[in-house]
Amino acid sequence: MTPHVRLSGVSKAYGAVTVLRDVTMEVLPGEVHVLAGENGAGKSTLIKVLGGVITDYTGTVEIGGEVVRLRSPIDAARRGISTIHQELSLVPSMTILDNLFLGEMPCRGGFVQRREMVEAARSALARVGVEAPLDTVVERLPIAAQQLVEVAKALRHQSRVVVMDEPTSALNIQEAERLFNLIAALKADGVGIVYISHKMDEIERLADRITVLRDGQWIATKPVAEMPVPELVRLMVGENRNPLSSLGERGQGVRGESASITGSAPALAVKNLTIDINGRRTVENASLNVQPGEVVGLAGLEGSGNSALLLGLFGSFGKVQGDVEIEGKVANIKSPRDAIRQKMALLTSDRKASGLVLPMSVSGNATLASLPKLSSGGWRSDKRERDVAEKAQKDLSIKAATLDMPVGYLSGGNQQKVALAKWIATQPKVLLLDEPTRGIDINAKREIYALIETWKAQGMAIVVITSELPELLLLADRVLVMHRGHIVSEMSRAEATPERIVHAAMNA
Amino acid sequence: MKRTPLQWLETPAVRALIALALVLTFGVIKNGDGAFFHIGTHRDALRSISISGLLACGMTLVVISGGIDLAVGSVLSFTAVFFSLASLRWGWSPWLAVPASLALGGICGAVSGTLVSWGKFQPFIATLVMMVVARGLSKTISGNEKISTAMANPDGTMKYVEVPPVFRAIDNQVFGNNLAVVTLIFLACLIVTWVLLTRHRWGRELYAIGGNEEASRLSGVPVAKAKLMAYVMSGIFAAVAGLCQAAQEQQGDPEAGAGYELTAIAIVVIGGTSLMGGRGGVGLTLVGMLTIGYLQKVLSINAVPESTRLILTGVIVALAVLAQRSKRS
Repeated sequence: MTPHVRLSGVSKAYGAVTVLRDVTMEVLPGEVHVLAGENGAGKSTLIKVLGGVITDYTGTVEIGGEVVRLRSPIDAARRGISTIHQELSLVPSMTILDNLFLGEMPCRGGFVQRREMVEAARSALARVGVEAPLDTVVERLPIAAQQLVEVAKALRHQSRVVVMDEPTSALNIQEAERLFNLIAALKADGVGIVYISHKMDEIERLADRITVLRDGQWIATKPVAEMPVPELVRLMVGENRNPLSSLGERGQGVRGESASITGSAPALAVKNLTIDINGRRTVENASLNVQPGEVVGLAGLEGSGNSALLLGLFGSFGKVQGDVEIEGKVANIKSPRDAIRQKMALLTSDRKASGLVLPMSVSGNATLASLPKLSSGGWRSDKRERDVAEKAQKDLSIKAATLDMPVGYLSGGNQQKVALAKWIATQPKVLLLDEPTRGIDINAKREIYALIETWKAQGMAIVVITSELPELLLLADRVLVMHRGHIVSEMSRAEATPERIVHAAMNA
Repeated sequence: MKRTPLQWLETPAVRALIALALVLTFGVIKNGDGAFFHIGTHRDALRSISISGLLACGMTLVVISGGIDLAVGSVLSFTAVFFSLASLRWGWSPWLAVPASLALGGICGAVSGTLVSWGKFQPFIATLVMMVVARGLSKTISGNEKISTAMANPDGTMKYVEVPPVFRAIDNQVFGNNLAVVTLIFLACLIVTWVLLTRHRWGRELYAIGGNEEASRLSGVPVAKAKLMAYVMSGIFAAVAGLCQAAQEQQGDPEAGAGYELTAIAIVVIGGTSLMGGRGGVGLTLVGMLTIGYLQKVLSINAVPESTRLILTGVIVALAVLAQRSKRS
């Protein structure tokens, strides 16, 4: 049987960082081919190559036995490869009809053939089971219906291969069921499906074959029968991945033991924290305690709610729903400003979007969160700010030519240190760290690990999120695992292994 | 930070100064039969651009926070009319009329700021609303007439009121007639703006908000309050400009100030303050003001007609923005 699509030796690098290395994969007619891997394993990159989004890869892509180089997503769609993206690619302010034909309206002599469009749209929507009128503006639809319109959009072409990136993440059980029926129908028509999901039950139910990626490399491709869940998890996580050995000389000796004293009030006590974002329940009844001098790791796959938990706890979505106590005292938090007053600090996961003011100076950024403390009667003191910034530069060894240069000119690692310096300057008791080492080099990572150990020894209560499991196991004294907005598992350092964490995170 | 000569050329201040130097050089060459070398020419150049400069001070604050204030010209007119009514018709003491006019400007700014901060309006829309409303208020309270020293009696004859001392004081010259008081008022406001931006916490907050509003919010910066205050200050500066305009013209004109907001924006942009927010400063605004002011003066002493002046001013603004942009690559 000729495969619909065959990728051979496909690699892709961003600068010096290789995100996909020599990956080979084929999609047969009528199969559901599950693509499995941890966050950052290269799944998204691979489907972007397949969907014509990434065009500067090396290696070859064959469609129907013919070597092609896809030039754009539309090009890919015309050749029969449709992608249903995890983030919706619909234009919210346009109607269902216009969205379905975005970029390729059927035209004759420059005039849109509306009747043709309406007919094609009706049958496409009937297939996925959307009953809204065609002229409904997409943003008025519930998220699940939008997701189904997205599916309909992908299916309007005579597709050979349909790529689905976590298509059920916004669907309820009935809607997901309808999607599964649709997948079965597509299979029967000989369409090949590439399916990405973090949900084990879906994988077991739908998959014919599974390909595992790890760190951008192909690991294995096997029929589902030969890959039971424990084996799948083992392949995803990798064997010999002792976090300490992978970090070279940073061994057990460097790690300070937890300074927590049993019986004392926890630095942070959260009970029944619930977070709704735009009407969607993102975190439900989460409870956790963190002792002074303890590092708690908050594991979870993308969309599990762990980042939202930290943001919500910090008052970023308004008044916190749930009981929060800091050092035994009730903390009434309505905004980040309140949280900072209560001695909390939050390093966000994206320093460019929400961490740093890039055009502002290093010292301006380092003192931004402690500005009220450093000024008197509203007037700033350059000297006090300078003292704080210089101390931070020394303590965190920030490499900057001057403290007056815009922070945007620094390297990623030094930017991250400035973002950390901003929070340390507030002398927090509770330090929330979301991806503290994202996008920085290994030396800067080690320096940040050492800093976290220092702050821990000083008695800060620290919660850390990281998508790199070795890092999580290196830093955390205790690991909490989240799945779909709930904390589903708790492990001590001794109990926590990459396999167990991934198991829990996929609710397997 | 050590800079090579080439890097110095690329700083916003130096780029802005180059534009000013070009305009001045042009003035020296085409000096209008020596008119450019009379001190009076410079006094008048500064005097006539001071009003726009006052508006530009407030505009700088708003633009650094990432916003824009289209209402300044209308607020100028509204406060000028109000000040004239109070002084020429109602006989208010300047000790009451001046603070009341400034408060009125501040209230207009507060309305814009509230729409932006809490109403989540885009600054363009919020201040467009204020621009139209303030113009309407200006026409309403004036009965759509210029409020001048000439008053119609019920029998149709005209009577004239004395020009109040406060008008004369504002429209005066000091240092042996070599500097207009209006220019002094502008310089005072410029210094206030500079001190607020560089020494006060609020100034730092404006830069932070303009540079990255989300990061500022998560760092505990009172974003809504800081933005509101920028519009309030802009309104107050527009009121100061309104007082100056009323004193200079000895009347409150409900049509005054139309299009001034665009001159103020042009001044801020020529100086090199980014309309994206987060960068720039009032020193740059001073350079921008001098560039526009002298450009207009040099063209006028060379008897270039207004139509051509407008076109050239537009071209200069476009060139200045292009020059500013090429530094960020």
